[in-house]
Amino acid sequence: MADETPKPSELLSNIDYRPPAKQWMDVPVNIRKGMYCYAANPKSVEYLGLPNARAWNPTDEDWKLPENWQQILHEGFKERLEKFRSIKVFMDICVRCGACADKCHFFIGTGDPKNMPVLRAELLRSVYRNDFTLMGKLLGRFAGARPMTIDVLKEWWYYLFQCTECRRCSLYCPYGIDTAEITMFGRELINLLGLNIDWIATPVANCYRTGNHLGIQPHAFKDMIDFFVDDIEEITGVRMEPNFNKKGADILFITPSGDVFADPGTYTCMGYLMLFHFLKEKYGLDVTWSTYASEGGNFGSFTSHEVMKRLNAKMYLEARRLGVKWILGGECGHMWRVINQYMDTMNGPADFLEVPVNPITGTRFENAASTKMVHIAEFTADLIKHGKLDLKPERNDNKILTFHDSCNPARGMGMFDEPRYVIQNVANHFYDMPANTIREQTFCCGSGSGLNAGENMEERMAGGLPRANAVKYVHEKHGVNMLACVCAIDRAALPTSMAYWVPEVQVTGMTELVANALVLPGEQERTTDLRGEPLPGMEEADE
Amino acid sequence: MSVMAPLGSQKEAILGRWLARVIDTYPPETARFLRSQKDPFANPVGHATRQSLTALIDLLVAGLDEAAARAALDPVIRVRAIQAFSPAQAVGFVFDLKVILRETLGTLPKAADELSLLDGRIDRLALIAFDIYMQCREKIYELKANEMKNTTYKAFARAGLIKDQDQGAGQ
Repeated sequence: MADETPKPSELLSNIDYRPPAKQWMDVPVNIRKGMYCYAANPKSVEYLGLPNARAWNPTDEDWKLPENWQQILHEGFKERLEKFRSIKVFMDICVRCGACADKCHFFIGTGDPKNMPVLRAELLRSVYRNDFTLMGKLLGRFAGARPMTIDVLKEWWYYLFQCTECRRCSLYCPYGIDTAEITMFGRELINLLGLNIDWIATPVANCYRTGNHLGIQPHAFKDMIDFFVDDIEEITGVRMEPNFNKKGADILFITPSGDVFADPGTYTCMGYLMLFHFLKEKYGLDVTWSTYASEGGNFGSFTSHEVMKRLNAKMYLEARRLGVKWILGGECGHMWRVINQYMDTMNGPADFLEVPVNPITGTRFENAASTKMVHIAEFTADLIKHGKLDLKPERNDNKILTFHDSCNPARGMGMFDEPRYVIQNVANHFYDMPANTIREQTFCCGSGSGLNAGENMEERMAGGLPRANAVKYVHEKHGVNMLACVCAIDRAALPTSMAYWVPEVQVTGMTELVANALVLPGEQERTTDLRGEPLPGMEEADE
Repeated sequence: MSVMAPLGSQKEAILGRWLARVIDTYPPETARFLRSQKDPFANPVGHATRQSLTALIDLLVAGLDEAAARAALDPVIRVRAIQAFSPAQAVGFVFDLKVILRETLGTLPKAADELSLLDGRIDRLALIAFDIYMQCREKIYELKANEMKNTTYKAFARAGLIKDQDQGAGQ
């Protein structure tokens, strides 16, 4: 017996610590706990009238698919290749140069090669070649083709939900392939089989029915805003009277409902109320909220183009019903991608609205001439530029700020400078993160496109690593303690990401900072910021 | 001739071999990237791994300061704790150093005593790594639970269903 006992050195040297080198097609999918979201609640799928509503579990062998699921996918693929020229082009023209490979936050964070955007797209392209190209049909695997099997489908599902559609990879593609649209297309296909996740399907159903992700009904939505009105009065001594569903108002304001119910977005929501109150008192600006179009977010865009269109239409229908001139949009992420890239061809042109003009400054927002929807950062920057706001930036002096360019406003609409301009006018301490992590090269929060659930926390933390790594750098170099952003998913996702990677840093919306600095007509001396934390120099007054 | 002096002078060689083994715990395509991309913001995993391992070798020579060892190990373990590694795979790379030290310095005269001293330090490093790994895992569970709790609690509070918020929070 004793002779058989291996020596420590033998034991150590015999451990093969390397994963086996295999072709990617030969590496089977391993649906790992913490890396996927729960399956869609069948009631939500049914409510939207989407196919194959049933209870199923991604880790089960049997996904309860329709018997002819391969045919459904093939026909769905074919139909979309004919309908969307872009998808056909994206399937054909990739030369696998690898420029996108290492640009994805999920690849960088997980180290899983199938999260290289090129390879994630290849999961679909391989089936495309098999089903729709002569070379693929003749040469099979030699031409990079493979037939659709249940294992391939599971691989699709697993990796299509390890992409936040942030579009960073597309920036580096020499052909301009929008890999985010490949994910959108892939998700649309698997939705034909009822393979959505619940963090998307249920908010979509709620939004379609009630007008927002949580299904907050109109009276409760108003109640929530009223709570903020009370809180603001306590802090500033000023009582606001927001308009709800006011017909004939000049401007309809729509923001993600996350701002209404989830901290720290709620402070940004208080900021909107204060900004509108200030503008009403000083300049007579007439803004209304809607308790029906009470959601800027569009999780339909993570489901299918048809569902995206349905949810987007509600905003414009409400604008028409109320008879406003144009729409002002809050700090949302993908709402802006939908507005800037898809709205016009889906539900536009919105020619029953006017080209947005800021009634206070006279600025005409030509960039929104067709969509009729202006971003709150553009609007606020314009007000500041014209000296229309009374500001005390020193009230934000205890905040050492950096700015996270939210993917969609940055890469989906090209808005880089307005939020920075606003922040630097309402606060005195601002430091940008390194150049290859901001502006058009910004890294995703790691939880976008409907992946901000709790059960996939490892996935979110891995996806959030590149962003958090850059925050950590400015935290260590400049003492940054506050990460500003203009997206409700960021405000929900980044506090958790920071708690894991850089716990010293908190998260704020842009308009929260504006409201802290904004001097309201008739306000009492403020001792705290909107969070109830003492203002700089007011630490004792607060006690 | 002791081991410590050559350990200092051969630091780069030892670090290189150790780093190679840690990087090779990733699939080959990923390992290539982790090795070649030098920008710390484009390659935070490769950067954190290199930084951690460099600091650990210095600590090994200088003697083991617990707090410094913890600070050095944290970035690399924090990353591996959320990646597709088993707990053993996530922290096991620390033991690789024993093999590498023997391969590099084992033939030196009187190496045995000092290698055994270093083995003790490496074992302690591994235990600290395990502590950090567990803290990271517990943090993940805590974050999951807190998100869920916050959503439910705040929704109830705002809907006016919780009358006394202080009491409600404790229950």
